[in-house]
Amino acid sequence: MTTTLTEAPPPLSPTAPERTPPRRRGRLTPYWLLLPGILWLVLFFLLPMVYQASTSVQTGSLEQGYEVTWHFATYWDALSAYAPQFLRSVVYAAAATVLCLLLGYPLAYLIAFRAGRWRNLIMVLVIAPFFTSFLIRTLAWKTILADGGPLVGALNTLHVLDVTGWLGWTAGDRVLATPLAVVCGLTYNFLPFMVLPLYTSLERIDPRLHEASGDLYARPSTTFRKVTFPLSMPGVVSGTLLTFIPATGDYVNADLLGSTDTRMVGNVIQTQFLRVLDYPTAAALSFILMAAILLMVTVYIRRSGTEDLV
Amino acid sequence: MALLTWLKRHLVVLAGLLTLGYLLLPNVIVTVFSFNQPKGRFNYEWQHFSADAWKDPCGVADLCGSLALSLQIAFWATLGATVLGTMIAFALVRYRFRARGAISSLLFLPMAMPEVVMAASLLTLFLNMGARLGFWTVLIAHIMFCLSFVVTAVKARVMSMDPRLEQAAQDLYAGPFQTFLRVTLPIAAPGIAAGALLAFALSFDDFIITNFNAGSAVTFPMFVWGSAQRGTPVQINVIGTAMFVVAVLLVLASMALGRRRTRRKA
Repeated sequence: MTTTLTEAPPPLSPTAPERTPPRRRGRLTPYWLLLPGILWLVLFFLLPMVYQASTSVQTGSLEQGYEVTWHFATYWDALSAYAPQFLRSVVYAAAATVLCLLLGYPLAYLIAFRAGRWRNLIMVLVIAPFFTSFLIRTLAWKTILADGGPLVGALNTLHVLDVTGWLGWTAGDRVLATPLAVVCGLTYNFLPFMVLPLYTSLERIDPRLHEASGDLYARPSTTFRKVTFPLSMPGVVSGTLLTFIPATGDYVNADLLGSTDTRMVGNVIQTQFLRVLDYPTAAALSFILMAAILLMVTVYIRRSGTEDLV
Repeated sequence: MALLTWLKRHLVVLAGLLTLGYLLLPNVIVTVFSFNQPKGRFNYEWQHFSADAWKDPCGVADLCGSLALSLQIAFWATLGATVLGTMIAFALVRYRFRARGAISSLLFLPMAMPEVVMAASLLTLFLNMGARLGFWTVLIAHIMFCLSFVVTAVKARVMSMDPRLEQAAQDLYAGPFQTFLRVTLPIAAPGIAAGALLAFALSFDDFIITNFNAGSAVTFPMFVWGSAQRGTPVQINVIGTAMFVVAVLLVLASMALGRRRTRRKA
């Protein structure tokens, strides 16, 4: 009788002398279970970060090889040369995150409270697009937003493009190759990552709370503001993180739907690394992006965590 | 007036359905354009109806080869990440040990890191090591980023398991191995399956990390990316549509099966 698998909860039956040997064996078991996976992450996630940090302070050339010279000026040069791309990444990602929240909340609410017997079908329809490669689906936006296509034509007739053009989101009577197209693509690509966590946290809410709020003469809008939305905060926090983080680093949407004026920091890293082969600059850019994201995420989690308690 | 109150009451439903439409519109376009006969190299403008591409899905050079490579990588990455991730999940739920916090953060970090950062840093490692980029480097990368997602999925299931079931098995003289195989594993199976499915989808559809670390190997997403520059064959839409339809049918079938099983139990 061994209890190797049940260390955490207090074992019910075995007597003390019997238990001693398996427990000693059990003490090492978690480490054996963890070893291969953690080793994999250390070797292929942490170690690369160290190599990247070291590459970013190297100087040299591709032909003569690189050497660590603690050349921190690379960071300053990269930051000053690519400041617009950094700013664009943050702005586009923030815009896409806000849009995802505005679009995703009603859908998550619909699935959680109003879908009835259609709930499972709608869930399937939210997840199923994942199985068509996201690149194919992003290319479809080229057709939807095509110059002179029905959508752009309609927006033109309604003078929407005049307004967005004045705001600098679109140029002339085109939507493709403008910031609006990139943000639209980002929003589309990361929307499911907003809807799913929102749905999970909304689904946990006891519907009787809504009834109670109504019984206490709260109007539906008050119920939403004081009951539903605060209780869905965990979903809002993880949803915004799951959209904002990948959107900041994305370069696929900016490349396929944008132009040279919509390049994001991901595009720069990709070009420097795979085409220009300027490894130190690329590594420095990637390091700055990582640091910026980690900082933003930490601050955001702290802030939202305290708000959550209030 | 009646219309206005109706609208007010169903505003959430309408907005939700609009979002659903936004999510599904590209899939509709992909499907419709799989029946297109484009003029020129790009398949962005509707011309004529034609089912040619459906009759010959492998008619484009390298397309089906890249698909096979993607499936192969996704299969091995799923297997690797599921085995390693399940082990970690069991260790985290069932045991107390030192460095638990550090390990949890290490597992969280790959999920909170933009893909391009992981891609670039992994490439610096491989370049420094002098590794030959190709199938193996891609597989290594895919197992790395799928691992955390598998751990999350399996952990949720194992945490909700009743430990008394295993104790009962042991009281009935089942050895530790037998207990694991006949009690623990079957109960944890849905979590493991969910993790594996997630890993497969993530690996199969990954572009950014693969693009950095694949060298001259071409996976299906890389083929699509390349064709966006050179010209998009209709066959890409055929494969995209087929995958969507198969996925929906599989999910609906498993849902129907699950419903029938619960009904039989009841």
